[in-house]
Amino acid sequence: MKPAVVHVHPGGPLIALVGNPNCGKTALFNVLTGSRQKVANYAGVTVERKEGRYQKADGKLLRVLDLPGVYSLNPRSPDERVTVDVLMGRARGEKRPDRVVCVVDATNLRRNLRLVLAVKRLGLPMVVALNMTDLAARRGIHVDADALARELGVPVVRTVGVRKDGATDLRALLDAPPDSWRSAAPASAPHADHPSVSADHDAVQRILAGLGLDRHAPHTLSDRIDRVVLHPVFGMAILLAVLFLMFQAVFAWAEAPMGWIEAATGWLAGAATAVLPTGWMQSLLVDGVIAGVGGVLIFLPQILVLFFFILLLEESGYLPRAAFLLDRLMGSVGLSGRSFIPLLSSFACAIPGIMAARTISSPRDRLVTIMIAPLMTCSARLPVYALLIAAFIPSREVAGFELQGLVLFGLYVAGALSAAAIAWVAKQLTTGSLPRPLMMELPLYHWPTPRNVAIGLLQRAEIFLKRVGGIIFVLTLVMWLLASFPVPPAGSTAPAIETSLAGTLGRLLAVVFEPIGFNWQISIALVPGMAAREVAVSALGTVYALSASTADPAQALIPLIAHQWSLATALSLLTWFVFAPQCLSTLAVVKRETGSWRWVGVMAGYLFALAWTASFIVYRLAVTAGWG
Amino acid sequence: MNTFFLDGARQRTPYRIVHVNAPAGAPEWHDWLHELGFIPGETVQLMARAAGGDPLVIRVGNSTFALRVAEAACIQITPLTQTTPA
Repeated sequence: MKPAVVHVHPGGPLIALVGNPNCGKTALFNVLTGSRQKVANYAGVTVERKEGRYQKADGKLLRVLDLPGVYSLNPRSPDERVTVDVLMGRARGEKRPDRVVCVVDATNLRRNLRLVLAVKRLGLPMVVALNMTDLAARRGIHVDADALARELGVPVVRTVGVRKDGATDLRALLDAPPDSWRSAAPASAPHADHPSVSADHDAVQRILAGLGLDRHAPHTLSDRIDRVVLHPVFGMAILLAVLFLMFQAVFAWAEAPMGWIEAATGWLAGAATAVLPTGWMQSLLVDGVIAGVGGVLIFLPQILVLFFFILLLEESGYLPRAAFLLDRLMGSVGLSGRSFIPLLSSFACAIPGIMAARTISSPRDRLVTIMIAPLMTCSARLPVYALLIAAFIPSREVAGFELQGLVLFGLYVAGALSAAAIAWVAKQLTTGSLPRPLMMELPLYHWPTPRNVAIGLLQRAEIFLKRVGGIIFVLTLVMWLLASFPVPPAGSTAPAIETSLAGTLGRLLAVVFEPIGFNWQISIALVPGMAAREVAVSALGTVYALSASTADPAQALIPLIAHQWSLATALSLLTWFVFAPQCLSTLAVVKRETGSWRWVGVMAGYLFALAWTASFIVYRLAVTAGWG
Repeated sequence: MNTFFLDGARQRTPYRIVHVNAPAGAPEWHDWLHELGFIPGETVQLMARAAGGDPLVIRVGNSTFALRVAEAACIQITPLTQTTPA
C-alpha cells in the first residue's frame, strides 16, 4: 500500500507556463521571476520542477510554474506526462493551476496554436503569450495580437523572452485581477478530450489564413548553418572539436579558481589551528570539517565550467544536432541519439544525466541510458584520478603528449567504451524490441542569452553547495568520528587509527578487497566514497594523516601513498574507480526514476562485479609484470 | 495520383503529405507524427541525410525534425505541383 500523500500548497494563486518545446518558455519564466526560483522534483518522478515567484505591482506574490514543453496533451515521455497531469489537476502534491499562460513561438504559429486550442478546452482561465516576436519581425512575420485574440477568444500579449523588458504586457495581465482573464471555454470537465489533431490543424489554418499568416517563412540562416553542422564529415569534425574544447576547458579554466579555493581552505585551516587549542575540537574542525568540505568544494569550478558548456550548447540549439550526428553510432549499440544528452551530462554528474533521460520516450532506451550513465566519468571521480596519477604516473612526454594527461584521457575512454559494451549486451538481451522513435525537433539556432546561462549556472552551483553542506559534510564528520574513536588504550604504540572503529571495519573489508590489492586503509576509504566518491580522497587523508594538521589532504597524501603502495595497487584502484559502484545519491535517483529497488540492485550489483573483476585482472597482470 | 514515401523523396524538393501510416508494431507513431505537424495537406521537404543515410532532416510547415528512415517511411507524399484532394 502506498502511504497517503499530504498535499501542502503554499498560499497564493498558481500560474502555469505551458508551451511547445523550444518556444522560449523558460526564458520568459526567467524574465518574470528573475532569480527567485526553486528547482526541485515533482513528487514521485525525477522531472525537474521549476517554480518561481512573480511580484505583482501591488507587492503581492504569485507562484509561477514552468511546465515541461509539450507538443500536445497526449504525453509521450515522463516529463510530458507531468505537464498534462498538472494541467488536469491530477499531479501528486500539486494543485491545479489557477491560471495558464500558454506561450507560443510567433515564428511557428502553425504548430504552436494547436496546443493553444487543446489547452483552451481544459477550461482554465488563460492568456496567450506571443513570444519571440522580435525574431518573427526579423523574418517578416507580423502578427496582429488583437485579431488573434478575437479569433482565439482569449487575451493575447506580445512578449520577447530574451529581453528584460520583454514581458511588460504580460506583467500588466498578471497584475490585473484574475477575473479579467476570460475563462477559456464554457467550464468543461478537466479531461483531455481533444477531437482530432487534424480538426485543430484545420482550425489553425483558418485562423492563420484570416490573419494573412498562412505562408511559410524561410529559415535561411539556420539552414545555412545546418548545411555545415549536419554535414557527415564537417559536422562530425565540429562535434569532436566542441567536445575536445569542452574537456580542455574543464581542466584549463578551472585551474585558477581551484587554486583560490585551495588557498582559502589552507588559510582557514591555518587560522583554526592557530586559534583553537590542540585537542579533539581542533582535530574535528581542521581534519574533519575544513579538510573534508574543502576537498570537495574544490571541484565546484570544474562542475560549473562543464555546465556552462552544456547550457550554451542547449540554449543555442546545438545539442539536438549533436544527437542527430551520433544517432547511427549509438544505434550500433542499441541506443538512439536521444541518449547523447543524458550521457554527456553524466560527465559532470550522473544525477542530472539520469534526470535528463526523462526526455527519452522509449522506456527500454531510457532504462539502458540510466544504467550506463554512471560509467561516464563524473567530475567527482576526478579528485581520485588526480591523486593517484600524481602519485604514481611519472610526469614525462610520450610521443609528444604528457603521460599523465594520456592516462587520464585513457580512463575517460575506458568508461565510455565499457558503457558502449554494456549497452551492446543489453541490446543482445532484448532482441525483438520495437523500432525506437527518434522524432526529435531541430530548433532554430539562436544566441544564448547571458541571463539564462547565468541563472542555469547559479542553480547548478546551489544544488552542488547544498550537497556539500548536507550529505558530504555529514559523511566527513562520520568518517572523522570512526577514525578517532575509540581512543587507543594507554601505552599503545600503534597509530590511533588502527585501534579505531574505522581500522576494525577496514580490516574486515580488506578480506573482500585484498585479492585486488587494496590494503585496509583503502578499503575503509571506499566506504564513505560510496556515499560521495570525492570523499574517498578526504577519507584517505583522514585515515593516513589524522593527526597531521595539513590543510589539503591530497597534497600530503601524494608522497605518502607513493611510498606505501605498489604501482599494481594504484593501477587496480584507478581501474576500480572507472567502474566504481556509483554513489548513494545516484542510487536514490535511480530508485525514484525507475520506481523499483530491483534496478537499483541490478545497477549496484553489475557495477560492483565489473569493478572487482576488472581491478582483479589489472592487479594480477601488474603483479606479474613485476609492479607488485 | 503519383505518391510515394518521404524516405524516398528527393532532397530539398517540396512535397505534400497525403497520408500518415503507422507500423504494425508502433500504432502510436501515427498520433505522434500528427502532433508534430505531419498532417495531410501540409508541405514537407527532405533537407538532408546523415552519414549512412539515416536519420533524415525533415522540414514540415515551419519546423525541422530529425526522423529515422523508418519514421519517414510512414509518411506518404506527392509532388507539390500536383493538386491533391485533401
